[in-house]
Amino acid sequence: MLVAVAALVARAPEVVDGEVLTESWTWVEGLGLTVDLRLDGFGLLMALLVSGIGLLVAVYAVGYFGHHASGLGRLSGPLVLFAGAMLGLVLADHLLVLYVCWELTSVTSYLLIGWDDRNASSRGAALQAIIVTGAGGLCLLGGLVLLGQSAGTYRLSELLADPPSGTTVSVALVLVLLGALTKSAQVPFSFWLPGAMAAPTPISAYLHSATMVKAGVYLVARLAPAFADVGVWRPVVVVVGLATMLVGGLRALVQHDLKLLLAHGTVSQLGFLVVLFGIGLPEATAAGVALLLAHALFKAALFMVVGIVDHQAHTRDLRALRGLGPGWWPVLGVAVASAASMAAVPLLFGFIAKEKAYDALLHGPGWAGVTLVVVVAGSVLTVGYSARFVWGLLATDKPAVPDVPGSSAPVTSAPPPPTGFALPAQVLTVPTVVLGVLPFLADGIVGAAAAALDPAVGDVHLKLWHGLNAALALSALTLGLGATVFLVGGRLAETAARLPLLAPSSVGFARSLRALNRVADRTTSVVQSGSLPAYLGIIVLVVALVPALAFAADPSWSGWPPLVDRPAHLAVSVLVVAGAAAAAALRRRFAAVLALGVVGYAMALLFVVEGAPDLALTQFAIETLSVVLFVLVLRFLPDRFEPSRLPRRRAVRLGVAAVVGVTVTAATLVATGSRTSEPIAAGFVERSVPEGGGRNVVNVILVDFRALDTMGEITVLLVAAVGSLTLAGSAATYLRRREPGGGRARLAPSTRAEDQP
Amino acid sequence: MKPSVLVDVTVQIVFPAALVLSLYFLFAGHNQPGGGFVGGLVAGAALALRYVARGYPAVQAVVPVPPPVVAGIGLLVALGTAAVPLVLGDEVLESAKAAPELPVLGTVNLTSALVFDTGVYLVVVGLVMAVLDAFGGEPPEASS
Repeated sequence: MLVAVAALVARAPEVVDGEVLTESWTWVEGLGLTVDLRLDGFGLLMALLVSGIGLLVAVYAVGYFGHHASGLGRLSGPLVLFAGAMLGLVLADHLLVLYVCWELTSVTSYLLIGWDDRNASSRGAALQAIIVTGAGGLCLLGGLVLLGQSAGTYRLSELLADPPSGTTVSVALVLVLLGALTKSAQVPFSFWLPGAMAAPTPISAYLHSATMVKAGVYLVARLAPAFADVGVWRPVVVVVGLATMLVGGLRALVQHDLKLLLAHGTVSQLGFLVVLFGIGLPEATAAGVALLLAHALFKAALFMVVGIVDHQAHTRDLRALRGLGPGWWPVLGVAVASAASMAAVPLLFGFIAKEKAYDALLHGPGWAGVTLVVVVAGSVLTVGYSARFVWGLLATDKPAVPDVPGSSAPVTSAPPPPTGFALPAQVLTVPTVVLGVLPFLADGIVGAAAAALDPAVGDVHLKLWHGLNAALALSALTLGLGATVFLVGGRLAETAARLPLLAPSSVGFARSLRALNRVADRTTSVVQSGSLPAYLGIIVLVVALVPALAFAADPSWSGWPPLVDRPAHLAVSVLVVAGAAAAAALRRRFAAVLALGVVGYAMALLFVVEGAPDLALTQFAIETLSVVLFVLVLRFLPDRFEPSRLPRRRAVRLGVAAVVGVTVTAATLVATGSRTSEPIAAGFVERSVPEGGGRNVVNVILVDFRALDTMGEITVLLVAAVGSLTLAGSAATYLRRREPGGGRARLAPSTRAEDQP
Repeated sequence: MKPSVLVDVTVQIVFPAALVLSLYFLFAGHNQPGGGFVGGLVAGAALALRYVARGYPAVQAVVPVPPPVVAGIGLLVALGTAAVPLVLGDEVLESAKAAPELPVLGTVNLTSALVFDTGVYLVVVGLVMAVLDAFGGEPPEASS
């Protein structure tokens, strides 16, 4: 990651000047799939965040885990894979490459949330996260394919330069939005993110605040300038974003766990970002870039602080924390500065970003005013929970800890962390403060990023002091109201959080999972009846009826093929018919198997007559072996077929047999007479000796021309055999255990009464 | 299963012959009727004969390796034949030919496809053995 940061910094000046770096490798040539990477201003900003914060988190994790914690390999592997996938995501210029990286981040996130694999709740949280983001990912795939097809290109840059339109595109955008909004934990899918806090804090700081959850925001930001006016994009994005902002803020106000407070705060901020980027106004886009940067800086630092406190004081409960004792100011300073940046207190970078956002919405069209009101309300909540965070960390006089499960004993002091542990958070705070005082330093990168998204964005000038204007007044109002919200206490928020609208949507999630399970159960009990005759009947009916329907739709009859070529055919036919009739009529299983064997040998004879010695040989060998194997299995079954007691069942079986017989016969007759293309055999015969080095063309086909097929076949054969033998073995063991003293078990006893010819 | 002298003696005579036949099929298969699949089936049938005469231990006595290992080695051999040309810079499963003069046999046409066919042969033999092993236990009292 150090290399990545160095490489990015080295190329940064060019990119900030508006240059675009591209790389392209061919991936799957036949599908026209190429790995196109493209580094523009926004890509640079995201890539710097991903690799820079990744580097700091790696350093931080050393302090968090120490060198000897177990399972670190399981943690660092997916972490590095995630960093790579996330870099790929923000640099991808091909929709499908972007999608692959997107899913890779979901999968690695799953592995990292569930890292504590002995803890059922963390496994559950991981599963919940991957189900939500995975379902969103599937929608995204559908949307991207629709977009790519209607645009005629899968190159993101080409797509954005020349956006398609129409109903298909509107549908595609809804699907893409579903993907983006689930990934970025927007209402009503926001519940997975607080659950994801089951991950170790370094992971939460990296994936679930600074990088992965921004993937949805990233996609919205990329697409908004081109598509904000298409279909339902703007209403959906703005409404969902605003709702998320409010709900996240309210929930954050009632949390007692500092980490959960930050998680709900992240949800709220993500909503804000989605609004700013999704609204599709150039000014708002620029503000969104600034806020994105500010959020990554302060939120990662705050998570690190919570991790440090948790590590040193062994609690994250803000009711239990009553001051941390001496030596903590380097950490608490970081916390206060970052939280203040979150609350948009002047002289910090968060303030610059929020001013910019207010300013953009103030100068937007009429409906932006409504948006602005809600954004201010959301920001008031942000100030409220920021204050709650600082209070929880610093205050020493708090009400007694209620005696409820999950709360911990009060802590009044803890050993301060070693310097190296606190260093990454401090490094992150430096730009928060410096850019807050000297915001023009960020002009270059923010301007380049915004211009890369939307060329309509002119030069960006971030300023601390804009003069006495409406935005400043709003900022003051926000801070004042926020302080009030904090002082009035969580009571207001607690009441609000009880509203049914704000009930945790994880309840709905659990309910829908249960419903899905019920549907699956019912479907299984219908589809998998356990009756062999039913399975067999369905299989043969499908085999018979599908070709029959195809023929009925387009009937063509080219006359009867020659029925009997030579006398030998007649003799063989008599054998086949006699064998088949005997197999159907005989009541003893063993005799029926032998009669089937007669059919098989007669077929082999037919091959001999037709001059196909290889086929005949194989048929003979197969037939012999199958009789032997049949005998082996038959020993586990009763000697005779039991005659059916139900006449109706007999009638059904006769009907199935008749339908299958008639259609297969008809299909054979039709197919024989309707060859349209040249047989491929001639070509194979010609090439057999020169290319395959063998005179037996059948074998040359098997082991040379079509060797890949053979390879697949023997693999499938082996896999199927392993599967069925394992099943047979475990069934036998199971039955043996159930019938102690019963000696050897019968295989599959449930099929006995049903098993009839 | 009661041992029968007649069956026992017949199998003693037929088994080696059948094995030789199966090897013949395997080696001659490229030019004559035969091939790895048929060869494997014949070998499997030969083993089944031994099984009929003396039960599964008699099969194990000939092939002292567990059936899945036989089949697995076969698959590995086939995969190896597929992969080696890749290493040498050819297409996957590309076959090579050679026709060395051997002292007794004269000119022998060899192709790398024979190695692949050997893999198929082993997979089939392994599977037949596995079935004999799995279903070849003593029959249940219920039906005897």
